[in-house]
Amino acid sequence: MKADPKGVLTGSHYLDGDYAIAEGGLAAGCRFFAGYPITPSTETAERFAERIPSVGGVFIQMEDELGSIAAMIGASWGGKKPMTVTSGPGFSLMMENIGLACMMETPLVIANVQRGGPSTGLPTLTGQQDMMQVRWGSHGDYQIIALSPDSPQECFDLTVEAFNLSEIYRVPVFVMTDECVGHMHEKVVIPPAEEIEVVERKWYEGPKENYFPYKADKDGIPFMVKAGDGYRFHTTGLTHDERGYPVINAECQNKTIPRLSDKIKDNADKIIMIDEDETDTAEVIVISYGITSRVAIRAVRLAREAGIKVGTLRLKTVWPFPEKRIRQLSKKIKAFVVPEINYGQVVLEVERCAAGKAPAIHVPHMGGWVHDPNDIFQVIKEAAK
Amino acid sequence: MKKEDRLEAKNPIEGFLRMDRIPHIWCPGCGIGTVVTSFAEALKKSKIDLDKLSVVSGIGCTGRVAGYVKLDSFHTTHGRAVPFATGLKLANPELKVVVFSGDGDIVGIGGNHFIHAARRNMDILIICVNNFNYAMTGGQVAATTPIGANASTAPYGNFEFPFSLPYLAEASGATYVARWTALHLRRVAKSIQEALDKRGFSFIEVITPCVTLYARRNRLGDGLNLLKYYYEKSEIQHGADTRTLDISFQGKLIVGKFVDKEKPTFLDAMNQHMTKILGDKYVRYGE
Repeated sequence: MKADPKGVLTGSHYLDGDYAIAEGGLAAGCRFFAGYPITPSTETAERFAERIPSVGGVFIQMEDELGSIAAMIGASWGGKKPMTVTSGPGFSLMMENIGLACMMETPLVIANVQRGGPSTGLPTLTGQQDMMQVRWGSHGDYQIIALSPDSPQECFDLTVEAFNLSEIYRVPVFVMTDECVGHMHEKVVIPPAEEIEVVERKWYEGPKENYFPYKADKDGIPFMVKAGDGYRFHTTGLTHDERGYPVINAECQNKTIPRLSDKIKDNADKIIMIDEDETDTAEVIVISYGITSRVAIRAVRLAREAGIKVGTLRLKTVWPFPEKRIRQLSKKIKAFVVPEINYGQVVLEVERCAAGKAPAIHVPHMGGWVHDPNDIFQVIKEAAK
Repeated sequence: MKKEDRLEAKNPIEGFLRMDRIPHIWCPGCGIGTVVTSFAEALKKSKIDLDKLSVVSGIGCTGRVAGYVKLDSFHTTHGRAVPFATGLKLANPELKVVVFSGDGDIVGIGGNHFIHAARRNMDILIICVNNFNYAMTGGQVAATTPIGANASTAPYGNFEFPFSLPYLAEASGATYVARWTALHLRRVAKSIQEALDKRGFSFIEVITPCVTLYARRNRLGDGLNLLKYYYEKSEIQHGADTRTLDISFQGKLIVGKFVDKEKPTFLDAMNQHMTKILGDKYVRYGE
């Protein structure tokens, strides 16, 4: 279906990434925002608080991030598309209920404007250090979807996409941007509402007595109802059967829990978005995401000027990881070069997928600023030897 | 025996229960089931459309209530029932949202959410079963354990000052505050009914025996004895100053309805304020 024009600020704007995330949410139909201020993400909450009164919806500043995520899960079961925005410390506080959202199969969107960590770290300066936390941060086995925009325009586009994926797969979806993109002002073109595809939740419409909240449909994803529709359903964070009733044994655990991962894994090809350039002829491939992919452009240009056959692969979707594609590419290249603003996170996944066929060389940066393109270029040069 | 002859099939409140989940997990002599009965009695008498009533629980013995009531019901995480309920209510303001959970969940781990939901006058009802300890995990000391009472993590007796829940609720902004013991069946039901008919943040504390842990460890007899003991030790003082409601170990329990006042709810205030400031530009919400 098409976006509700009430939330769509059609036109050409000069926005920072944080604002663009708020506009993406509004365009996608988000009408519930629960958040807590944290640098460098706060502008998204501010923008939403300013815009929502004339769109029709709720902005609530909660007492902490524990409250924000809990309120979002409640709001989602109340029928709204909810979102929040945060950064490292707040993201850590959300981890427990991210698990609840996965367990209850609740659609919601969380944007993380990453800063340097651990702990309070670098509140005002950039980082990409939460990329493994987003994948594994809550306890137990589950899978989520994480997208990584590299520009304010993509902050808008991928936030809309995040809502759509969240509704399709009934899973928390993360917009993993960073301080640089969050605070970068660029042109953002917001199309007319009729050009924005939004996905309606997979509502159940059959007879009440046949409704099972956790009975998987053919695609592995159960239908949803919302509170107040008369289904008198139950849902719990405990391991549960198709009725949503707790069943505390190994058999139910083995039946229920794999599906939480499989519904993402089995649909990975549909979810994954990557941008490739000259990968077919490359000897070295630079894999990057977010702000680092823009810094890498300069390094790649330097390498090409030096006669090195270098390709690029940009992860717009970081999780699920494009393991098939990495495996294919690993068979015909000399090396992957993986610059990230962390001490080695996504590179581990590249290494796993390459499985020894090609080395994955990390270009670390501890945060606070972006890489010097020359540093990435030097690593490409070494890798091409 | 035919299924319809079985005792549980004749439960007087079975219309409100998920009978396919009975028997419940609560210990014989526990007061939680009694509070659920009072809740069901209140629902029977109230005119609320049960399709529009949601129950949210956290974690703990009382946290299991959501799993037994035949309503839209959410068994959430420890301490987060109140913000979950906040989101649910705000997403669909036509719902009546009841948080049914224990003292540890609501004012221990969830204390911050509790005071803020009260401050905002969020239109939800909190039924807080207070059994003076963390029972599900084996009887540890709680924010409500009276001074001197023994608990598994206070093996020499508790020396921390406990919260007085009605005082905390009123000070935080609640518009309806009552306290009863589980044996005040009809009064609990009446309070729930009153609170359901009211808009705003309502709080009902119900003192119940934890027979397996708190009672046994403190040598207070069996559940029935303690249920009676609490009842007999209670003194009804409607309108009592909530500053005077501290609970001492096996001491007098002042019960009653302490607060019943009107104040704009979060959504009332939001709609009023935004309309005043933004005029026609504001899209009124949830009306």
